[in-house]
Amino acid sequence: MNGRIHSFESFGTVDGPGIRFVVFLQGCPLRCQYCHNPDTWGAGGKEYSVEDVVNRALKYKNYFGNGGGVTVTGGEPLLQLEFVTELFTALKEKGLHTCIDTSGITFHPDDKENVEKHKKLLSVTDLVMLDIKHIDDAACKKLTGQSNKNTLAFARFLSDNHTPIWIRQVLVPTITDDDGVLQRTRAFIDTLTTVERIEVLPYHTLGVVKYEKLGMEYPLQGLEAPSKERVENAKRILCGEKK
Amino acid sequence: MMQYKGWEGFVPGKWCNDEVDVRDFIQRNYTPYEGDGSFLAPATDATKKLWDIVCDLTKKELANGGVLNADTKIVSTLTSHGAGYLDKDLEKIVGIQTDEPFKRALQPFGGIRMSEGALEMYGYTIDPNVKEIFTKYRKTHNEGVFDAYTPEMRAARSAHILTGLPDAYGRGRIIGDYRRVALYGVDYLIQKKEEDKLAINGDMTPEKVRNREEIADQIKALKGLKAMAAAYGCDISRPAETAQEAIQALYFGYLGAIKDQNGAAMSIGRNTTFLDIYIDRDLKKGLITEEQAQEFIDHFVMKLRIVKFMRTKEYNELFSGDPTWVTEAIGGMGVDGRTLVTKTAFRILHTLDNLGPAPEPNLTVLWSKRLPVAFKRFCADISIRTSSIQYESDELMRPEMGDDYAIACCVSCMRVGKDMQFFGARANLAKCLLYAINGGKDEIMKDKKTGKPMQVSPEFMPITSNDALDFNDVCAKFDNMMTWLADLYVNTLNLIHYMHDKYSYEALEMSLHDTNVRRFFATGIAGLSCAADSLSAIKYAKVYPVRNEDGIVVDYRIEGEYPKYGNNDDRADELAVWILKTFMKKVKSHYTYRDSVPTTSILTITSNVVYGKKTGNTPDGRRGGTPLAPGANPMHGRDCNGALASLESVAKLPYEYSRDGISNTFSITPGSLGKED
Repeated sequence: MNGRIHSFESFGTVDGPGIRFVVFLQGCPLRCQYCHNPDTWGAGGKEYSVEDVVNRALKYKNYFGNGGGVTVTGGEPLLQLEFVTELFTALKEKGLHTCIDTSGITFHPDDKENVEKHKKLLSVTDLVMLDIKHIDDAACKKLTGQSNKNTLAFARFLSDNHTPIWIRQVLVPTITDDDGVLQRTRAFIDTLTTVERIEVLPYHTLGVVKYEKLGMEYPLQGLEAPSKERVENAKRILCGEKK
Repeated sequence: MMQYKGWEGFVPGKWCNDEVDVRDFIQRNYTPYEGDGSFLAPATDATKKLWDIVCDLTKKELANGGVLNADTKIVSTLTSHGAGYLDKDLEKIVGIQTDEPFKRALQPFGGIRMSEGALEMYGYTIDPNVKEIFTKYRKTHNEGVFDAYTPEMRAARSAHILTGLPDAYGRGRIIGDYRRVALYGVDYLIQKKEEDKLAINGDMTPEKVRNREEIADQIKALKGLKAMAAAYGCDISRPAETAQEAIQALYFGYLGAIKDQNGAAMSIGRNTTFLDIYIDRDLKKGLITEEQAQEFIDHFVMKLRIVKFMRTKEYNELFSGDPTWVTEAIGGMGVDGRTLVTKTAFRILHTLDNLGPAPEPNLTVLWSKRLPVAFKRFCADISIRTSSIQYESDELMRPEMGDDYAIACCVSCMRVGKDMQFFGARANLAKCLLYAINGGKDEIMKDKKTGKPMQVSPEFMPITSNDALDFNDVCAKFDNMMTWLADLYVNTLNLIHYMHDKYSYEALEMSLHDTNVRRFFATGIAGLSCAADSLSAIKYAKVYPVRNEDGIVVDYRIEGEYPKYGNNDDRADELAVWILKTFMKKVKSHYTYRDSVPTTSILTITSNVVYGKKTGNTPDGRRGGTPLAPGANPMHGRDCNGALASLESVAKLPYEYSRDGISNTFSITPGSLGKED
């Protein structure tokens, strides 16, 4: 089976534990205003077979040590759910750690077939990094173009399935950098039982160049990265000891 | 009972049984150290004051345009200048290159024009007598080389297909075993050299005559070294008796070398394990404290930081700065499995804290996974704070070189006191590929007489078709052109090193080598990744030649995609390997001067910029005049699968074909190495 892939990174150090081979899948249903990979949204990319990707990843097995492995991200990797499932199955056969970086948007709790597919994927997935875009549904729609319902349902599903979760929260000034929003997010996270780690990813403007190259207008023109203090504040709220 | 007072307390062995064998001395006497750096002492007041003086002089030097003072009259020899000091009362380790700190020496044996030109650039005028002597009465290396160069050699040189040749300056890269001065004292070394000289007799072939003359020069140099030390009130005729004396004697050995030679890289060897034996002996006897031990090392390193040579601005441009390459190899593992890390490995790295970060001396840790964990942590900590440590793979070099090798320049390894090398600059293989396409006509240079493109190689069959370049055809032509280039290159170097030996022989450095030294013939390659990508483009995409009015292919039109070296893609990487192996086999097929062992390196760390300026458009799409990649690096921006893919491509280059070293310049921001928590 083939997957549509944007690119590979042989030395991923920020997308999951240890040193990771990162596969960027092409295509995403979200249009996050701060997205720094708009080039992975639409059609395009190049087709690679599961076997090809596995062979590429295996070249770096020596570097993975005990902690590292393979991460699929994107784009939204779960748009290619079957491909990822097949890829992870093959990777698990080779004894590699597997991780998905997703928004959970593809999960439909009311669609039995859909749920089964996700369940099958989780059986070969060691870690899910879940990006809760915005805890408030209306704000989420504004930020990403989509509701957060599926994402939150997927989080619950992961927790119920005993799948380890890393929560990733992009901290965007004026959008998610708000104590009330952060506190509500924290309250939600506290209802999950398998969260191993919570990462605050400060919004940055490195993606602006890509928009220029693609001839697209940058939605957050003029918005600056959050201050150190605000990042620390967000970490305190999201990851600090429970009060 | 030991023969010398300086040897008392040491475990005897082969080293003191009528031999010169520093490694044996180290192995029998050193103490591996597995602990951490908590024993280290801070800089003393004297160290701080001395370092202030150095910083002050550095500021003045910068304000003065890069050179503070230069000797225009006295030709530098071991004994040309009297003693000079930063502050005599404070210095625990003494000795500078001239009679004043930061005053650059006049070293014209490599070439009087280089000396004269360098002085002029900084506003000095060479003494007319010196100029007369070195033009009328005393030939220099540079003059010798140009007397003997063939027209073809000169053409290849001015077209820069051979480039950076050591024909106008000191070749450097030779590391004396400066430890011998401390361990044996100069008189013992002289006696051994006398014995070696006596053993060369019988039919006086030119080879034997030369060997006898060279040993005589070595003995004179050793005597000169003794006199040089005596000017500082030090007796190095006998073995060093204390740690301070040992460091001092070792440094005098090195100082003699840099007074004698303005070499391209003047590395100092591998000294910490050796010196630790002396420091440990004095500490155990209660003669010194840790503060004093550190002070000796700090003052020693301070001296290495102020090594300076008079060089032209072009030279500095080629090397991006004013490097001296005082490389000191630290740590590593012994062949018996014990680590060679000692407390003095910590002490020398600790100078980066006591004196602050600095590029020189080029502190180089010989890295092994098996190094003590505490030492690895210590190195990492200092690297994070100072970015001033170089690391090299001991695992890669030890199998070939044993456990007493050092590094010349940045990556070139040699067994200390047992190997030397003839430094050979670079052959530009990217340009060689262009010559293959154009039948040896230069894509940039014009013949001065005819105004037509300069024919540098003999007239080979060029590519005449305007169809897409045929991979097999180009490879066959490239292969032929490499045959020509390797032949010319090796013979150019044969000639250069003959003249260097004749007119600028490194008598002192060679006196601190075994007489039966192994010699390396250190060739080098530039433009490897550019040539590999060019072949890949020709093989996997369609590359059409674009000609100028003279019919010379001056540009290339590329249709389609091609795999690029630096992405761990065998299709491209195998081409790089093929180029290296093919070229090296051709180099090896030739006679190399003094039966030296041919090696090659891929390590143009800064000069790739200058070489690129002289290389036209290439079939990979690189624009003419833009830099080639440094060393064995992929071309800039073409490695797009991340760091490991890039490094894996480089790692495919077989070290056995590039024994003189492969370099890969790689910058990384702390953030891209992962998150802190």
